[in-house]
Amino acid sequence: MLAYIVRRVLILPIIMVGVTILIFALLMLLDPIERATLYVSDIPHDSSAIQKIIKKYGLNDPIHIQYFHWLVGQKDPETGEVEGGILRGNLGWSHTAQMPVTEAILHRLPVSGELAILSIVPIILLGVWTGVQAAVHHNSFIDHFSRVFAVVGWSLPTFVFALLMLMIFYSGLGWFPPERLSQWAKEVVWNSESFVRYTEMNTIDSLLNLRFDIFLDSVRHLFLPVFGLSYVIFARVMRVMRSSMLETLREDYIKTARSKGLSERKVINLHARRNALIPVVTIGGLLFISLLSGVVITETIFNIHGLGRLFVNAALSFDVVTLLGLVLFSSIVMVLGNLIVDILYGFVDPRVRLQ
Amino acid sequence: MSFVKKLLKNPLSLTGIVLILLFIFIAVFAPVLAPPADPEEPFDMPRDGYRAEPQKPTWLTENEENLSPGDEGWHWLGTTEGQYDVYYGIIWGTRTAFKAGLIVTFATLIFGLFVGTIAAYYGGFIDELLMRIVEVFMAFPYLLAALTVATVLQPRIGKGIWAPMVALIVFGWTGYARLIRGDILSVKEREYVLAARVAGADDFRIIFKHILPNAIFPTLVVASMDIGTYVLSFAALSFLGVGVQKGYADWGQIINFARNWIPVLSNYWHIIVFPGLAITLYVLGWNLLGDAIRDILDPRLRKPR
Repeated sequence: MLAYIVRRVLILPIIMVGVTILIFALLMLLDPIERATLYVSDIPHDSSAIQKIIKKYGLNDPIHIQYFHWLVGQKDPETGEVEGGILRGNLGWSHTAQMPVTEAILHRLPVSGELAILSIVPIILLGVWTGVQAAVHHNSFIDHFSRVFAVVGWSLPTFVFALLMLMIFYSGLGWFPPERLSQWAKEVVWNSESFVRYTEMNTIDSLLNLRFDIFLDSVRHLFLPVFGLSYVIFARVMRVMRSSMLETLREDYIKTARSKGLSERKVINLHARRNALIPVVTIGGLLFISLLSGVVITETIFNIHGLGRLFVNAALSFDVVTLLGLVLFSSIVMVLGNLIVDILYGFVDPRVRLQ
Repeated sequence: MSFVKKLLKNPLSLTGIVLILLFIFIAVFAPVLAPPADPEEPFDMPRDGYRAEPQKPTWLTENEENLSPGDEGWHWLGTTEGQYDVYYGIIWGTRTAFKAGLIVTFATLIFGLFVGTIAAYYGGFIDELLMRIVEVFMAFPYLLAALTVATVLQPRIGKGIWAPMVALIVFGWTGYARLIRGDILSVKEREYVLAARVAGADDFRIIFKHILPNAIFPTLVVASMDIGTYVLSFAALSFLGVGVQKGYADWGQIINFARNWIPVLSNYWHIIVFPGLAITLYVLGWNLLGDAIRDILDPRLRKPR
């Protein structure tokens, strides 16, 4: 197992170097002056000042030197301070957020994190449970229902589903509004002295501050985005779980377990489900991608000021430095997510770690 | 033959086929179903004035002007923000969907096949290098990467359907490269390949006459099933605002117009329900068909009855 994990971890740096090269290549498609936001926040308008900045930061240097500078930063000859350098956590200045990209990411991460974490729970637990139920009661009502549900869910784009939900439950019934909090709750969270923002996640903070009214308010606001984000991915998990469970239930060792006289419950929970989980773990990486892109779309529609919203706003205002910073961040998240999936894979499938 | 019969017997795949045929019909007869005002620019959605507020479908309103179907002010499915005709947009948007789906699928497939074939056939260092590059491309979240590339490309090649399509292609080919590589690896050790080599065939001939025809089929099936997915991604980019130019007939853009009307959307339900239905049914059609094809072709998934 250890050797397996070590092998997976050793590939990571190679992939990350490739990722930075690719991002840098996209960066080089920009004009030198557009790239200057990597180092300075205010781009002057007169051309001599622009030339000075280009010269100072070597934005016309050979590509490999620029790549090196982009990675580790470069020394300002006058002040002696090192500026830029993504390895030092400096991703440049974000015009969209009006702060350094890194700061913007850290600032907005809890918002998107809350949304994503709350969505993962129903996706995995409910998806696996429904899939197992559908397979165990093959061709019953729950099976047919879940199949229709899954195939429709798989075809329904997140943005259409989210807008339909808003149409019914916000515009029509007025139950679940967009954004993160109601106006009165925002006042308390952002302006009151007594409310401490420990994690920046409203649900957790409100509980820690014992403000249950705010907790209910944030749940009310989170309900639709979480529902919209998880539905599509849930449908996929359920589909895979169902078909792999069906396949597993036909294996010989299930027959053996049954003929030993084990209760049906034990057969399903101890013998079948674990093996049927393997394909679900395999598509784990895929689910991760869907979750990331789902966050972008969901935040845009529900007006939630998280990373996804920043991403779209940056795209609309051609703020490529912010975009590439976010892409770099999301690919790091993705590479780590895939690593976790790989390790989980080794756990559930002994054949993998013994190879 | 039995393959087609099986597809037609299964109610789910039959639904898929009917849906896709319906959309092909719409795309082919778009000029008849929704005659363009300017035949030179059929993808420009006609506007009925410039008011922001959408109009309901004409047959649902009082119709005080006594319009009849076919009149200039008649809107089968109403108008959306900026008075763009929803019906026209959906009809011509079908062509956009086919264009985007088919071109992106075809281009990613060709590129994926090219990389995967070279990696598998030559093996060794080339294989190792190409597969690491594939992994690098796979380390990016697809939609986010495509959104970024489309944004970077737009000022260079102009706003339009090409920037998002190129972006989807740049990050879309990796799956096919892996798939074809695996299949070629299992084919290239067969005796008939060895025989061809002994007979003095060059690499080109071996790859195109002996290896590819025997290995390409699973990749083709997967690619054909992806048409729906690519259309979905294309619509998502368009919806987020980095797609086609304003007023171009495209489902994602029509749905984007609904975003400013969220608080009153239950009043203007037609600006989200109709275009939403179009794209969902389109993707559903491809998914149903793809599912059925996979069930029939993959004997491992075939259910004993």
